[in-house]
Amino acid sequence: MIAKKRFAVPFIIWIIAGTVIPLASIVYYGFSSRDGGFTFSNITAMFNHDHMQALGLSLLLALISTLICLIVAFPMAMVLRESKYGKQGFLIFVIILPMWMNFLLRTMAWQVLLERQGVINSLLALVGLPRQEMMNTPGAIVLGMVYDFLPFMILPIYNTVSKIDNHLIEAAYDLGASKLKTYTKVIIPLTVPGIVSGITMVFIPALTTFVISNMLGGGKINLIGNIIEQEFTVNSNWYLGSGLSLVMMIFIILSMLLLQKFDKTGGQNLI
Amino acid sequence: MKKVFGRIYILIIMMFLYLPILTLIVLSFNKAKSMSVWKGFSLKWYEELFSSRIMMGAIANTFSIAILAALIATIVGTLAVLGMAAMKQKTENVLMAFNNIPMLNADIVTGIALMLFFLMIGAPRGYCTILFSHATFCIPYVILSVKPRLNKHTDSLFEAALDLGASERYAFRKIVIPELKPGIMSGFLLSFTMSVDDFIITYFTRGAGINTISTLIYSQVKVGIRPSLFALSTIIFVVALVVLITVNLRQSRQEAAMAR
Repeated sequence: MIAKKRFAVPFIIWIIAGTVIPLASIVYYGFSSRDGGFTFSNITAMFNHDHMQALGLSLLLALISTLICLIVAFPMAMVLRESKYGKQGFLIFVIILPMWMNFLLRTMAWQVLLERQGVINSLLALVGLPRQEMMNTPGAIVLGMVYDFLPFMILPIYNTVSKIDNHLIEAAYDLGASKLKTYTKVIIPLTVPGIVSGITMVFIPALTTFVISNMLGGGKINLIGNIIEQEFTVNSNWYLGSGLSLVMMIFIILSMLLLQKFDKTGGQNLI
Repeated sequence: MKKVFGRIYILIIMMFLYLPILTLIVLSFNKAKSMSVWKGFSLKWYEELFSSRIMMGAIANTFSIAILAALIATIVGTLAVLGMAAMKQKTENVLMAFNNIPMLNADIVTGIALMLFFLMIGAPRGYCTILFSHATFCIPYVILSVKPRLNKHTDSLFEAALDLGASERYAFRKIVIPELKPGIMSGFLLSFTMSVDDFIITYFTRGAGINTISTLIYSQVKVGIRPSLFALSTIIFVVALVVLITVNLRQSRQEAAMAR
């Protein structure tokens, strides 16, 4: 045997120090008050009006951008599947390339485009149209999310779509299925695993972001990520910050469980 | 008809993905500081970028942290794969579940969890805390890419080498490492890129005096966008382009060689 149990010792120590204790300390701080006593107030603080509003807006914007990504990515994956092999490789390359650029710079690009003195407004002014207020709106944040996360939706969907056996689709047509029916009964069910991992890879970062909302929302629109970040960096109230992140984690876990359920039934449909 | 639609669709997506980047590249050569007026070609923003001590320091930090974190993660992760193979399936499953946590968790949660941990043990936040955190989120990726490479076949080869009189160390070097090498390499590269790209976890685990490229961009954008950041974007884009093209060319050349 090559394997010896003691080889895993550094890894186990790393898990304990890097994952278990840190996560336990969020739980500890989340249920503690400043004087060290036990309290639920950091958790129930989520019901505070501002926090509820931020959480609601985060859920809404994350949902909208995930949906947009899905609607844009699915046809793209289908087009990719149908293009020639060499061209496919090139197109994948083109989709991956922006992911290699720092996402702060990519988000900054939209700031440059959307700002009052920015590129789009200057072009509008050039043709005599009035300047638009596009920055610091929820729309700008959604745009930034879609731009940053779209490749994370396209790639997993493409991965599953490209593996669908062409014979299955032909069989569906031969058996008299309409185009729509072929999509809803054959192609989409077979794509569920890719769709599910795409949704996870877009929804969770969108739900928890504070960077995009800070850069494109001008600090005026608070998402739940911004609230938590401010508790840690500006207000130094780790107790409240931990409590709120525990509540946020509940939403993350819930969405994962929900998605996994879909994936499983999708997997059973395959048989 | 369908083909035309497909082409137009691809074109729209490409424009959406690349027009913002193209804008940054064009503006990086603009003489004026303005984001909307073109005042002629100039390289002065590149000069400003390269003469900035803070930026050069941040670049050095980013890459040294990425290399060290990837190295640590590769060693710890590869050893872990070997160690877990000797364990009962149940123990292995538990460890793998913990291994997956940093990958599934939202970055902001991982970041604040590590920050609280450093505060609790009283570690001064700086280079070392960033390095520790980066290794933490890189290890899972190494394990996931090395694990599939280790199978019964590797084990039998190893046993055979021992039977033929190789010492354990020699067999390890000559059999196990070459068998795992593709997984180890891709784990290392994945860790390196994840580390270079990270902002959120670095943001929470760094101290006041230290910056990586990401945290420096963030603090500069907050104060006001300077065109030197456009120059930085252009450089990063070109580097990514060159690296990806080289990797792709090498891959297709290997495929061609295999086909022959």
